[in-house]
Amino acid sequence: MRIGAPRELHDGEARVSMTPASARDLRKLGHACLIEAGAGLAAGFTDAAYEEAGVTVVPDAATLWAEAEIVTKVRPPLDEELGRLREGQTLISFFYPGQNAEALGRAKDAGATVIAMDMVPRISRAQKMDALSSMANIAGYRAVIEAGSNFGRFFTGQVTAAGKVPPARVLVIGAGVAGLAAIGTATSLGAVTLAFDVRPEVAEQIESMGAEFVYLDFEDSQDSAATGGYAAPSSPEFREKQLAKFRELAPEIDIVISTALIPGRDAPVLWTRDMVEAMKPGSVIVDLAAERGGNCELTVPEEKFVTDNGVTIIGYTDFPSRMAAQASTLYATNIRHMMADLTPAKDGVVNHNMEDDVIRGATATHRGEITYPPPKPKTAAIAAAPKKEKARELTVEEKRGQEIAAFKKQTKDQIGLLAAGALVMLLIGAVAPESFMSHFIVFALACFVGFQVIWGVSHSLHTPLMAVTNAISGIVILGALLQIGSGNWLVVFLSFIAVLIASINIVGGFLVTRRMLAMFRKS
Amino acid sequence: MSIGIVSAAYIVAAILFILSLGGLSNQESAKRAVWYGIAGMAVAVFVTVFGPGVHNLFLILVAIAAGGFAGWIVAGRVQMTEMPQLVAALHSFVGLAAVFIGLNADIMLHDVNALLAANGLDRAALALLDPTELAQAGGGFFGELTGFGKKLALKDAAEIGILKTEVFLGIFIGAVTFTGSVVAFGKLAGRVDGKPKKLPGGHMLNAAALALCLALGLLYLTGAGIWTMVLVTLIAGFIGWHLIMGIGGADMPVVVSMLNSYSGWAAAAIGFTLGNDLLIVTGALVGSSGAILSYIMCKAMNRKFVSVILGGFGGTSGPAMAVEGEQIAIDADGVAQALEDADSVVIIPGYGMAVAQAQQSVSELTRRLRAQGKTVRFAIHPVAGRLPGHMNVLLAEARVPYDIVLEMDEINDDFPETDVAIVIGSNDIVNPAAQDDPNSPIAGMPVLEVWKAKQVFVSKRGQGTGYSGIENPLFFKDNTRMFYGDAKKSLDELLGKIA
Repeated sequence: MRIGAPRELHDGEARVSMTPASARDLRKLGHACLIEAGAGLAAGFTDAAYEEAGVTVVPDAATLWAEAEIVTKVRPPLDEELGRLREGQTLISFFYPGQNAEALGRAKDAGATVIAMDMVPRISRAQKMDALSSMANIAGYRAVIEAGSNFGRFFTGQVTAAGKVPPARVLVIGAGVAGLAAIGTATSLGAVTLAFDVRPEVAEQIESMGAEFVYLDFEDSQDSAATGGYAAPSSPEFREKQLAKFRELAPEIDIVISTALIPGRDAPVLWTRDMVEAMKPGSVIVDLAAERGGNCELTVPEEKFVTDNGVTIIGYTDFPSRMAAQASTLYATNIRHMMADLTPAKDGVVNHNMEDDVIRGATATHRGEITYPPPKPKTAAIAAAPKKEKARELTVEEKRGQEIAAFKKQTKDQIGLLAAGALVMLLIGAVAPESFMSHFIVFALACFVGFQVIWGVSHSLHTPLMAVTNAISGIVILGALLQIGSGNWLVVFLSFIAVLIASINIVGGFLVTRRMLAMFRKS
Repeated sequence: MSIGIVSAAYIVAAILFILSLGGLSNQESAKRAVWYGIAGMAVAVFVTVFGPGVHNLFLILVAIAAGGFAGWIVAGRVQMTEMPQLVAALHSFVGLAAVFIGLNADIMLHDVNALLAANGLDRAALALLDPTELAQAGGGFFGELTGFGKKLALKDAAEIGILKTEVFLGIFIGAVTFTGSVVAFGKLAGRVDGKPKKLPGGHMLNAAALALCLALGLLYLTGAGIWTMVLVTLIAGFIGWHLIMGIGGADMPVVVSMLNSYSGWAAAAIGFTLGNDLLIVTGALVGSSGAILSYIMCKAMNRKFVSVILGGFGGTSGPAMAVEGEQIAIDADGVAQALEDADSVVIIPGYGMAVAQAQQSVSELTRRLRAQGKTVRFAIHPVAGRLPGHMNVLLAEARVPYDIVLEMDEINDDFPETDVAIVIGSNDIVNPAAQDDPNSPIAGMPVLEVWKAKQVFVSKRGQGTGYSGIENPLFFKDNTRMFYGDAKKSLDELLGKIA
């Protein structure tokens, strides 16, 4: 198959969907590669470099579209490009079929196959062709760099001879790929980074990148596993709470990087006018959601401006394009991986397998039919998060109820035991003489003290405990001592032996305990 | 020394004993606590020897000196791995002493009765006299009696009855403790086969013997002679022997702590006999200490105390789960390599480490790994070894710092983050069947979840099952490698490969 990459027509778009490196790999799959003259220039790839990689350079777009059986692009096709689509041709590009019904219809009418790179399902196997992630990664990185170049201070806190510099405080809203990339960049530049997301399960990822998760105490949190790892719209109550939290944070934040997007919808407004007004002069807001209206109320898409109170708001929509060389390399690699899946035999023959979850998911039109939206993938993208502990749902009253019940049961048990014990005592007292009872009281108290004391003994000291109890149970020596003075020779003899062995016990027990305890040492 | 001073000294001694036990709550205060115990004992013995009514001072000193010397020799020579035997042996002494004192009490009771009869006095008349009159009564014989003899002479009929009950209890418990401890000593020292053994009739035999003892006890109460008590001594001795013979080696921690408890109760019973509060208090302290230890040990094995005492693992409800896979062996090089790459290591020692005397090698391994900046910790199951806390003592002897030696509950959650777990000579306490297989004899017993570690090495002599005869699925897991050989030799070989 001949794979061709035209020059991007979109204003200011510097990326290109094929690089010399990706072309080499595509040729290994058995494909031939074409490129429109000058397509890679803006990203730093000259025609000569392509030719060196074995790519045929064609003079204009018309020739390319006519000759290529598979056309790869970055941006969704414009009118004139759609007009060039022909039957049997395959277009691989960002397409946004959900918002682009008209283009979808025209592609269908032309009988072309469209593989939308933005529709690649989020499963592990497809990560290598997940162009949204690779572009978002760049956008997140670039957003921080862009913010830094408009921010008049250091990111990292420093104590210099010329005075102390506090670290910049960065808030990242939305911890998707772009958000996480922004967090990573900001923390590695030394900023104090906070991050927020509606999906509580990403807290761990946020913290792993070195940012502090802005925790919102709300019961009805989202579980993103159901929506393929993306955020879903949140309830009005949740939104209110979220805004209140941001309002509280606004005065102390230097840089806001907002990346909150919900698939197939306008960006939610999360940073309102009053929050912008509350920020310090010199602060920077980078709105990565500008293309969809922006997370900040004041964002002007494609533009950078300074508000009256000195806050710079950046609404560029072309962050990946601003790093065209990097973005093109990654995007071209994504396309190359897609092609590798499409040509499993590496023989240059495309096998458009509609049974394959990834290919099926990304295909928007095929053989004159609209195949969007795709059915649910056979494998769930992300394992459902285990249901969080149910106990949390107990209301305060229920909890108190349980506590009271447990307390009552304990009380009952204790009273029962005490009553039984008292009864036994009474029974003994009824028959036993007074002299016995006084000893018995001592005995009962000693048992009680023993139980109380022994529970506190550390597990690791159980052997010394046995040895020391052994030693003090040698106290039976007292019995023998009291008897040894008897006139009866048998008694004297038995007492003598008893004193002897009890002494072994006492001395041996204490000495061995001391030996053991002396061995315990701290590191 | 007057009775008042003696009593005061006893209070001091009792408090010192309580402080001594209470001080064992941590390693540092324990070092002071043992001195409290020694001081308490010294006070108690001193005031008793020099108190009223004690004669034959020379004999006493000879006995104490001889016994003390023997104790000193034994305590100085014993190996830490032999601690369980030593503890068992010391228990038997307490039991034997209790038997002797009980028998003596009865002999002295007879003597006092004979004296009273010879002097034409009866107890009722004696009880009415005041001290000065007492001293002259019957031609001054009363003053010649020992302190205990005086007490006996002053008892009324009901008190004599109680006394006889106490004598019976003291002798019975003492005899059971004595022979039981001797058998436990034999088993722990390897001189008696560790496998449970029972005579035909099993526990019915024990029950019959117990009934016989009770019958003899009743006879004794109703006035039969000392022969009943001698018989009780013999029969109770048989019960102790038979009971402990029927319990296997792995249950020894429970047995030893149970015997510890018995020796305390025997002392308390003797205390009642002699009317000595210090004996009662101390006996009760020791008795409850042993009872709690037994309870903790049983809980750690998820077994009922009764079923431990009745011996053997019983009551499986179906066939054990079949174990799949095979045991894969590994050599010292492989283990060394894995340890090289690991950041966190947990070592799980068991009785096998004690048998192989491998604690020094384990300590050296720990020291070297720690010197390389790795986290090394020890996980101790409550019933590891043959004595409660046995492993802690062995590791302490080998100079492993106690703050890296952790209890099961402290470390069980950390296994998933552990790179390498090394099981040295333990088996049942790391058996996943306790959690996975409801039919396993040890089902429900809390175990160390070593199989959750990234890699597990098991140092073991051979492929056989452990003491309990239960197959251990851990050995067949994918992340488990068997490091066969004597624990000490294997570790020494391993040490040669680790810088």
